Amino acid sequence: GVQALLRKLQSLVEVPGRLRRWAAPGAEPARALRCYARARAVLRHYRHLPSFRAIEDESHAIMADLAQHLRARLRDDTLDPKELTECVEMLLQLEEPPEELCEEFLSHAGARLEAELAVLEAELPPADPSGTAATPPPASDILDFVDRGSSAFVGNLCLLAASYRSLFEGRPGAGDGRLEAFAAALTTRYFALLERRLALERGLGDTSLLVRALDRFHRRLRALLELLPAAGAEAGAALVARAARERVDRYLRALQTFFLGCLGDVRQALAAPRPPGKEGPGLPDLLATLASSVLGQLKAVLAYVQLFTAKDVAFASLPYFRGEFCVEAVREGLVVAFVRWLCRTARGFADGPAERGAPAAPPALLLLLARLCLDYESTTISYILTLTDEQFPPQDTGPAVTPGPALCAEARGAAQRLLDHYVQVQGAAVAQMLRKSVETRDWLGTVEPRNVRAVMKRVVEDITAIDVQVGQLFEEGVRRAQSSDSSRRAFSVYSSSRAPGRYAPSYTPSAPMDTHLLSNIQKLFSERIDIFSPVEFNKVSVLTGIIKISLKTLLECVRLRTLGRFGLQQVQVDGHYLQLYLWRFAADERVVQGLLDEVAASAAHRCLDPVPMEHSVVELICERG
Amino acid sequence: ARALTPQTAETDAIRFLVGTQSLRYDNQIHIIDFDDENNIINKNVLLHQVGEIWHISTSPADKGVLATCYNKTSDSKVMTCAAVWRMPKELESGSHESPDDSSSNTQTLELLCHLDNTAHGNMACVMWEPMGDGKKIVSLADNNILLWDLQESSAKAVLSSSAALEGKGQLKFTSGRWSPHHNCTQIATANDTTVRGWDMRSMRQIYCIENAHGQLVRDLDFNPNKQYYLASCGDDCKVKFWDTRNVTEPVKTLEEHSHWVWNVRYNHSHDQLILTGSSDSRVILSNMVSISSEPFGHMVDDDELSDQDDQHQEEKIKEPLQDSVIATYEEHEDSVYAVEWSSADPWLFASLSYDGRLVINRVPRALKYHILL
Repeated sequence: GVQALLRKLQSLVEVPGRLRRWAAPGAEPARALRCYARARAVLRHYRHLPSFRAIEDESHAIMADLAQHLRARLRDDTLDPKELTECVEMLLQLEEPPEELCEEFLSHAGARLEAELAVLEAELPPADPSGTAATPPPASDILDFVDRGSSAFVGNLCLLAASYRSLFEGRPGAGDGRLEAFAAALTTRYFALLERRLALERGLGDTSLLVRALDRFHRRLRALLELLPAAGAEAGAALVARAARERVDRYLRALQTFFLGCLGDVRQALAAPRPPGKEGPGLPDLLATLASSVLGQLKAVLAYVQLFTAKDVAFASLPYFRGEFCVEAVREGLVVAFVRWLCRTARGFADGPAERGAPAAPPALLLLLARLCLDYESTTISYILTLTDEQFPPQDTGPAVTPGPALCAEARGAAQRLLDHYVQVQGAAVAQMLRKSVETRDWLGTVEPRNVRAVMKRVVEDITAIDVQVGQLFEEGVRRAQSSDSSRRAFSVYSSSRAPGRYAPSYTPSAPMDTHLLSNIQKLFSERIDIFSPVEFNKVSVLTGIIKISLKTLLECVRLRTLGRFGLQQVQVDGHYLQLYLWRFAADERVVQGLLDEVAASAAHRCLDPVPMEHSVVELICERG
Repeated sequence: ARALTPQTAETDAIRFLVGTQSLRYDNQIHIIDFDDENNIINKNVLLHQVGEIWHISTSPADKGVLATCYNKTSDSKVMTCAAVWRMPKELESGSHESPDDSSSNTQTLELLCHLDNTAHGNMACVMWEPMGDGKKIVSLADNNILLWDLQESSAKAVLSSSAALEGKGQLKFTSGRWSPHHNCTQIATANDTTVRGWDMRSMRQIYCIENAHGQLVRDLDFNPNKQYYLASCGDDCKVKFWDTRNVTEPVKTLEEHSHWVWNVRYNHSHDQLILTGSSDSRVILSNMVSISSEPFGHMVDDDELSDQDDQHQEEKIKEPLQDSVIATYEEHEDSVYAVEWSSADPWLFASLSYDGRLVINRVPRALKYHILL
């Protein structure tokens, strides 16, 4: 009874002393607090007694001192979070106003976190608004960076959030809102730094590394977000999404560069001087190499991109990656965009301003690209799309996708344009030869023809070479069967033009119409030849197009000259020679025959003294030549 | 036949002149009268015995005067010469009677003068000074441009100045055109793939369009309403429109034909109508509105609107009309070598093909009213 009371009294009296001892700087303020907490209730109770009052005042003063001291300590930067928490806890126990405390707490902690962010920022080169300064490669790789960021910053932020909550839970004026605002500001800065660091990723680097880095970031962020959902869930997810998209775009550009490189190789192979006796690289081989390397590269890229949606990656479960990424970024942004670009580039070879002196694409290249586009249209596009859909399954309710047939149509259009252009280019080349030969020869004073002109032989050689070239890539095509009287038709034109010559010229204006009437009637029975009809994808059609262009040019040029008798005979011989050798290249030999007939008729019309050569002699010369 | 021209000085009746091209028979000039109301064609024939006609053009001042470029064969040499002729008086204004088949219809041309070209080479074409008094003509011979003065009522041609195209190789003019602008002092010529503009007062080259077409340039024409615009057509099957102030790039390119385009002609009054003839046997009438002088169609002043129209006087915001091909005429069986607009009726044109067929056509009525209103 009394003993206990006496002891209690004694301990009470000792309180100030103890407090003073413990509250001294460097000592143990926690014990002081505990002691004070215990004593306070009693002291308050017996306040009315002056001696107790004195004790109370004294201990009060000491505690106030302690509080001051703690406050001062709070501002000390070298506190680590744990000490900080203790400090604040003690201050709270000392009944300091919570708002001020939490302000102090946050600002102190904030300063610390800022310092960590600054360390991260120091690794990055200064943000250059114009973006033109050449940035040196970052010192560490992205995984490292994210690691440090996550463990240091995010970890500390988590701890901070946790301790804040535990400290200020339920206290008035220190609600969650302040914490969230604070955290949000910091996380925004963190994201910005991370974006900057990501932007420094040059080239394609190691995608798996990037994926791991993003994964780590996302996981740590998730931990933080569980505590503070408002700290920027969407921003974080968006950051990851943007990084992924950026990487996909880079892959697209890399694919484009790769394709252009392949094309350059093909061009070089075509243009390389061949050692005599050795055959140049066959077009089918070149095509196969080109197609397979492009396809291989595309598959490799898809494999890399698939890392982003692998099962063990945390962010792959984000709705963006399941839906929009697969459809929009990969299927549309990468695969479809690449195929479209390929078609456009191929088409550019045909549409490009080659006339203006820029080096035109070699015809073999045009042919190769036409075949490539055709193959794409028939098989490759569907294969690629199926592969993409397998690896990146699209959502049913996702945004619109480009249907396969639309891409196939584009590829076919490009192929058609390229083939048409090829026919034009080759036709123009042959036509130029014929034109020069007609324009530069003196047709009036020429001697009796003994052999076929060299230029005609060259024309046949060239067309044979073109036939071989086209045959390497395109199949034969359908030909109309040769009719039995093909070789005897050449005669008829000349015989008809001879007849009116026997009549004496009269003044009736209709006289010159006789030959025209005959040839017009003949024309009624033969189909009109369309010179530039669209070319089909087979060898025979291509060759027919080229032959039509060349022969039409020959016709026009012959019509501009005036021929003597032997000039006409030379044309006759040349025409027969061409007919002998060119009919087999054309889809329908009547086309060749018809055009050559017209050449002969026009030549006869332009001749001053039309006396055609005997057909047997013509045949003899052609056989010899 | 290759040569076709409207009778430029004649602005009432619709007449065309066609020159024949035959090595065996005597060559002729046919004067074709087209009777609009009855849709009949009347023909008168003039003999032109000196040779086959490659080019024909008529004087803008005197209805009876014309110039031809023809081939003269002697031994084993062929020379293209040019001469100025006069038609018999009674044929100048045409006749509306249907001709008999008797030979009394053929008459001869009166030779006024030769354009002496022994020093220069083969004549490619002869151009009269448009809107002039019929005294000045330009002929293109090989690589020379010759300006002639016709004196003593065209009985004598005196060479007043000439210019030559220097350069390596055999340069040869293929065709030319006199620009109706700048007081008729400029001409444009085509040689190979280049188009050049010349000033006739100084005989100097003003501008040069290099590589105008991938292959030979066949014909040129000037836009009658817009000063600096010129059209050219060539063997690359294209028709290109140029602004001579900026010759690096064509203003527009038409690629409707599938073989060489031999002729391009602007309509004399409505320059959005372009006629082209090609050796793919087609004549194409195109509407090149965007580069014409009236890209927005006919503008009507507000004052002219009657009271009726006041009710619906919304601001008609006119969009520039689209260029388009109006029609493709496929009546010819053979290459079309010449197309010309009539000088009397701006809606009528003629086209001539190798087999001697002359086809006269009109601009579709709907378009005609659209342009007029």
